Amino acid sequence: MPVLMVEDLHVAVDSKAELEVVHGITIEINAGETVCLVGESGSGKSVSSLATMGLLPKGSLKVTKGRILLDGENLLDLSPSQLRDRRATRMSMIFQEPMTALNPVIKVGEQIEEVLQAHTKLSNAETHAKVMDMLEQVGLPDIERIARSYPHQLSGGQRQRIMIAMALVLEPRLLIADEPTTALDVTTQKQILKLIKELQEKHGTAVLFITHDMGVVAEIADRVYVMNQGDLVESGEVKQILSSPRQDYTRRLLSSVPSLVPRASRPVIRKKLALQVTELNKVYGGGGFLSKAKTTHAAREVSFNLTAGRTLGIVGESGSGKSTVARCVMRMIDPTSGGIRVGGQEISGLTRKGLHPFRKRLQMVFQDPYRSLNPRLTIEESIIEGPVNYGTPPKEARARAGELLELVGLPASAAKRYPHMFSGGQRQRIAIARALAMEPELLVADEAVSALDVSVQSQVLELLTEIQERTGIAILFITHDLRVAAQICDEVAVMRRGEVVEIGETADVLGNPQHEYTQALLSAAPGRDWDFANFRPVAA
Amino acid sequence: MAEKTLRGAFPLSTRKISARIGIAPIIAAVVLLIIILIAIFAPLVAPHDPLLQNPIERLKPPSSDHLLGTDNYGRDLFSRVVYGARVSLVIGIGVTILSVVIGLAVGLVSGFFRTADAVIMRIMDGLMAMPSVLLAIAIVSLVGASIWTVMAAITIPEIPRVVRLVRSVVLTAREEPYVEAAIALGTSMPRVLWRHLMPNTFAPLTVQATYVCASAILTEAILSFLGAGVSTETPTWGNIMAEARVFFQLKPSLILWPGLALSLCILSINLLGDAARDVLDPRMGKRED
Repeated sequence: MPVLMVEDLHVAVDSKAELEVVHGITIEINAGETVCLVGESGSGKSVSSLATMGLLPKGSLKVTKGRILLDGENLLDLSPSQLRDRRATRMSMIFQEPMTALNPVIKVGEQIEEVLQAHTKLSNAETHAKVMDMLEQVGLPDIERIARSYPHQLSGGQRQRIMIAMALVLEPRLLIADEPTTALDVTTQKQILKLIKELQEKHGTAVLFITHDMGVVAEIADRVYVMNQGDLVESGEVKQILSSPRQDYTRRLLSSVPSLVPRASRPVIRKKLALQVTELNKVYGGGGFLSKAKTTHAAREVSFNLTAGRTLGIVGESGSGKSTVARCVMRMIDPTSGGIRVGGQEISGLTRKGLHPFRKRLQMVFQDPYRSLNPRLTIEESIIEGPVNYGTPPKEARARAGELLELVGLPASAAKRYPHMFSGGQRQRIAIARALAMEPELLVADEAVSALDVSVQSQVLELLTEIQERTGIAILFITHDLRVAAQICDEVAVMRRGEVVEIGETADVLGNPQHEYTQALLSAAPGRDWDFANFRPVAA
Repeated sequence: MAEKTLRGAFPLSTRKISARIGIAPIIAAVVLLIIILIAIFAPLVAPHDPLLQNPIERLKPPSSDHLLGTDNYGRDLFSRVVYGARVSLVIGIGVTILSVVIGLAVGLVSGFFRTADAVIMRIMDGLMAMPSVLLAIAIVSLVGASIWTVMAAITIPEIPRVVRLVRSVVLTAREEPYVEAAIALGTSMPRVLWRHLMPNTFAPLTVQATYVCASAILTEAILSFLGAGVSTETPTWGNIMAEARVFFQLKPSLILWPGLALSLCILSINLLGDAARDVLDPRMGKRED
């Protein structure tokens, strides 16, 4: 008998039953098996998992039809208190963001003990021993100290290990993991995936793993369910789904995954230097009047050149200083020392006033398309803001805004609408149109496609490449995603702890990495052995 | 422009609003509206001159001529309570406008410019430390009592509360990428403040304004009661109660009626404020369990 059997599950918006978000899905998971539920945002994968846990937000979503059988027991028939009991002892869940899922004011050891105290009759000594054993199992160092730590004293990876320990301490039959590694760096992600796999083998847990990342799927799944807009599109063994998907949607999803094999760099056509950064340093913090505070060297002696019409990628994990460099170049923050030349002009020492003429020449596209557009302005108002600041008559700017919207693949008639009426991908296009309205020489894209689904991501990347070919703009592309970097960048700089450890043509750096850190990053990239777009393993 | 910046500050439809807040605020709005209308049309509503003394009619019980009876000078209590609404509302609204306008301007600057922030906030801490009643007594003893001195005395300690609120909103909003994007687009600082940051403060300010208004009306009544407020030639709820203090045991209704008017007025405003908060900030609303 399968551990979890979801039969014909329908979930609808509570107030109007005709608005269904999940249309009858059927999922089956056996003991010791890892099943991946994949899909893009809005596909209903998280809603399905929440329904299974009985955690659908009350008053907004509810199960309208179907059965959820955990070891043959229909969870939908249980009372809230019975369900609460099952949630701890028979099934448990780990979430995407380990910081918010832990209580910040209770020591992590106590938080795990609490689970045991609530559901078992173990003595204090036994409880403590069991917690320590669990912390040991999830591979944490110095477990006595960790147990006495508060969540903020731990790293993201450590916090996620705590979450896993908490989820598995009662040895549930089913573990639901909702994007548990999405907020983590690749090297940490690799360790966490390995840990889940190991613990699963040891305890025979059934794992429902929810992810949007095909790399992770290739890495961890036994079987895969593909969801799209509330429907189950396709299911099967992982090999079969990855190598011979039957449905168009799965096919499209897989072919949108950027390849880790770098594309060939384009020839240098223009000789003109768009951006020249020399020995850039940025130190945060530092001595106050009386105290000597701790300083953080966020960027150390960073130097690179970027010629017009080319794309330079800066890759690295969180805290590597890549965003600091981007923000220094944009002069959102002031560099501590070093030179930044835009089109041959030094801008690192300029004041706010002196900078004004140069703002026009460098523009930025931000990570989060939901926050980078003012929700109270129509997109036309947002797009014309820059040109009007530089003296373009509003009427002319409006006409140009219409053209730009068409250039980024939106109808000109969309101009009068507000940002909330657009999807994430569309908003990112609008943000790009806004940057292009200034006709800049340099576009800084800070994780500009990281918040987007793969299919949308590939469209936005294509758009950037197309615009670059047409206008000869230089792009500084900040990303943590090596796949994206491999596909869009001509050159890549790899950063670690504020320093550039390797820089060169993309094909060289990612194709034949010299520095051990680059090698570590590449080997941690999930699904590196699979060529998704061609539905086959990467040729050795 | 003003219309454009306002749009989007109030995100819910009318149907959703009525579903969320219930009946109490609607009653409150009606009560407040009646008080406002009475204040505006006081000469028509009041049957007598509130200042007209009539020694023969001293301390009379309610009658058809004197709806609520008369006070120790034989003045008609109902007319005096009606006229008292005028002072209360003028002070309440006046203080609200003054403190919101000044507080908004100072708060925007304080939230956006770090160098100005340190200085401004210390001044605000200083202002906040002054109790409005003591400040009012000090000002009144220096320049004499009038509606203006009372208003100033109540406004000064209210300003820092508004400044703190606006500053906290600006501190959060200035980290939003769309503000950075505006700076990257070469938008001038005053314009960033006006166009991108200020609209974020409207919703919390609306809520705060109702509390400022209620507290101003109450403080005015306290000041009048203590004799540090508007002079007794102008009837206010506070000074009607102050004069009636001596006759409290003889005729408690002299304090009861102005007190009731004051309570109703403040309760209505506070209920409206709570409703505004529930509508504008869904997280503070009732949990749907």
